[in-house]
Amino acid sequence: MNSRITDRIATGVFYTIAAIMVALLLYLFYFILSNGLPQVTWDFLTSPSSSYQAGGGIRDQLFNSLYILFITMVITVPLGVCGGIYMAEYAKPGKITNFIRTCIEMLASLPSIVVGLFGLLIFVNITGWGYTIIGGALALTIFNIPVMVRVTEDAIRSVPKEQKEASLALGITRWHTIKTVILPYAFPGILTGAILASGRVFGEAAALLYTAGLSTPTLDYGNWNPFAENSPLNIFRPAETLAVHIWSVNTQGLIPDVREVANGASAVLVIAVLVFNLLARWLGSVIHKKLTAGK
Amino acid sequence: MKKMKLSVLLAMFALVIGVLAACGGNAGGEETEGNTSGNSNSGGGEASETSIVVAGSSAMQPLVAAAAEQYKADNADADIQVQAGGSGAGLSQVQEGSIDIGNSDVFAEEKEGIDAGTLVDHQVAVVGMTAAINPKAGVDDLTKQQLIDIFTGKVTNWSEVGGEDQEITLVNRPDSSGTRDTFVKYALDGETPAEGITEDSSNTVKQIVADTDGAIGYLALSYFDDDTIVKAKIDGVEATNETIGSGDFPIWAYQHSYTNGEPEGLAKEFLDYMLSDEVQTTIVPEQGYVPMTDMKVERDAEGNITEK
Amino acid sequence: MAKASVSPSAEERLILTKKNRRWDEVRGRSLVTICAVIMIAATIAVTVFLAQKGLQSFTVNNINPIAYLTSANWNPTGGENASFGIFPFIFGSLAVTFLSALIAAPLGIGAAIFMSEIAPKFGKKVLQPVIELLVGIPSVVYGFIGLVVLVPLLRDHFPGIGFSLFAGVIVLTVMILPTVTTIATDAMRSLPNSLRQGSLALGATRWQTIRKVLIPAALPSLLTAIVLGMARAFGEALAVQMVIGNTRDIPGSIFDTAGTLTTIVTLNIGHTTYGSIENNTLWSMGLILLIISFVFIFIVRYLSGRRKI
Repeated sequence: MNSRITDRIATGVFYTIAAIMVALLLYLFYFILSNGLPQVTWDFLTSPSSSYQAGGGIRDQLFNSLYILFITMVITVPLGVCGGIYMAEYAKPGKITNFIRTCIEMLASLPSIVVGLFGLLIFVNITGWGYTIIGGALALTIFNIPVMVRVTEDAIRSVPKEQKEASLALGITRWHTIKTVILPYAFPGILTGAILASGRVFGEAAALLYTAGLSTPTLDYGNWNPFAENSPLNIFRPAETLAVHIWSVNTQGLIPDVREVANGASAVLVIAVLVFNLLARWLGSVIHKKLTAGK
Repeated sequence: MKKMKLSVLLAMFALVIGVLAACGGNAGGEETEGNTSGNSNSGGGEASETSIVVAGSSAMQPLVAAAAEQYKADNADADIQVQAGGSGAGLSQVQEGSIDIGNSDVFAEEKEGIDAGTLVDHQVAVVGMTAAINPKAGVDDLTKQQLIDIFTGKVTNWSEVGGEDQEITLVNRPDSSGTRDTFVKYALDGETPAEGITEDSSNTVKQIVADTDGAIGYLALSYFDDDTIVKAKIDGVEATNETIGSGDFPIWAYQHSYTNGEPEGLAKEFLDYMLSDEVQTTIVPEQGYVPMTDMKVERDAEGNITEK
Repeated sequence: MAKASVSPSAEERLILTKKNRRWDEVRGRSLVTICAVIMIAATIAVTVFLAQKGLQSFTVNNINPIAYLTSANWNPTGGENASFGIFPFIFGSLAVTFLSALIAAPLGIGAAIFMSEIAPKFGKKVLQPVIELLVGIPSVVYGFIGLVVLVPLLRDHFPGIGFSLFAGVIVLTVMILPTVTTIATDAMRSLPNSLRQGSLALGATRWQTIRKVLIPAALPSLLTAIVLGMARAFGEALAVQMVIGNTRDIPGSIFDTAGTLTTIVTLNIGHTTYGSIENNTLWSMGLILLIISFVFIFIVRYLSGRRKI
């Protein structure tokens, strides 16, 4: 009897917590979107930013955010997934595995500003590149990899043992089993993790302040040669991302419409993450269906 | 189908490595190019050199970026990258030769760890600043002594300087910031400010002063464009282009653009352009700076004022 | 690299030559091992480079490290009588970290349990997407909202001027909630169903199952979730900078202004020149940030014992 009452109370508490979370999140969303959406016009999205006049847009910053995200993911996903496979399937209990796990956790817990400082030291000063997209992407890679590794590992561990054992019992090698049985099964989980990581990359500012810089050269969107100075695809150019832009208009902007630009940029950021999120979910389920459909 | 998964993975990996390797090579190429432009002794780089990098003071970035935009409108092939990063970083980088022009809101001589001997100073504008006070304090004119007393914590209530009965809240700048440096030198006569909220961002400082009862901070003149904060007079003198130009209002600083050795090529052309009437009469006043042409006095790195 | 061949049928796979299979295995194994090695290399590189740079204030500028860590007097620009004591910032960093973890941990884990045990459908459909989305809100936006909403609120209803340790704690709590929740949810969901069914079959209520079986089983991962949340709080710079006040005194109360290691670094690093003493002491703070986050990890590894590999 008593335990049943406790159970009720506990359930009530959990519902309350969930309600608090939802309320909090809804409020934040409401705040960001209600303040930001009125600012978001086609013009805002397609005009370059201004450093001192009202009415600047976020065209370049939006592109930079997406581009840095893309480059980071291109580097992070293969590394992270392989690392996750290693941890889940190949790592033998022992000192080395423990050490690797410690490394992963250390990387994951690095303050982003420390990553930024490290990036400043290595990718900006020592390499002599200055502020670049690639420097920013590499800095982001540092704390993105652990997230991907953890997610991959968890996803692989959640694959039913029977699946794996059946494959191994057929005399198929471990690696082949991973490729053909485990990865397809774990794919949606990995994708979710990649989205999470993307969200962080997209909103990251501190690590990029010192690596990708606070400015963007004049870009010519007609120029798709990645080695040209003014090409948006050049990874050796400085790039101010949307998140950094919000920070910089608030800290050094002379523009009179700081609040509007910051609000608009925040809204765009949130919407971009939302779109991205939904798209990836949909993709994930489609791929999952495809891969797990019987031959 | 299933095998594709791995191949894609491997291909991506290969791509990354390949791209990095290629870019590494490319970076090497770029770097040598950068070195020739950064190295002032290379000589000869007249109009062939179409790309320069400017970095440094965040406060100056909008001004220089706007001038660069305008310059590029007339000279399509000139590529001027204006980055921020802070005065200290700008001076360090221009000294190392990794950038062409380093912006700073203090004299290079004042920064520790910089050998000002090799750097050439180009003063492109003057920034004036004054105390910003929350309107409810009821004070808009302070003597310099009162200002010092407030900022050193001797005076803690506005009623002591003829205002309302409100506690004073100080809003400071970070220790190494040029704005703080200028204010401490010329408004507080070098006295160390007492403890207070510290913010790097002028917009944030303005926000805090406007919202917090009894708050006082200091801001560049361009931020006094509405009545949410009070622009304090010092000893009865209001900060304007005229009073700063004549030397009557003491709190101002040059905005410096430093080059390593005498500038050449595009760097020189751009700096000349910055000092031309075209920029000094438009962008400079638009952004709330005092044009160099208004200055009837000049100041050296030690702070000695002389008539022009 | 790999040939994008058409996938063979199961039968064909079975008659792959042994050699081929071994090669395949070796290739795969070395690929993933290389990735593991890269992670070790990255960790070591970060540590070595930051240590080398961060120790310069002690080796080159001859600052006494003990005084640096324990003195509460921070005045880097004092010229002759400059002093470098960062204790207030260490204190501030740890204070906001622990306080925000204290609030975020029960909320985050509670939400995780809600999503995995109480209302999985609703959790998956509603709560999870929203939380994942929130991870995407950049810290500057949190700081911005903190500045325009939270600070005035605190100023009107609590002692002090709004900018305070407390404001920092609230902003950080909200910021790390998604992190804690997501990782904790993954941990709860990865528990085998047999645990739940077994416990319920023995007549335990849902709450008893959660408390006596599921939470203990997931504890290492839950601790990891909290620590990662803490690490995020500890390392967060820009959002905290906007609401905490960045003073250099040890806060007298939770409603007092404070400063943290991260905020002092971000405030000053651009204004200082490479190699100057002011700059070096900031790099030392970066090193301390690194060391303290390592300490977090070691504590949690000690606490959680060894996760089953």
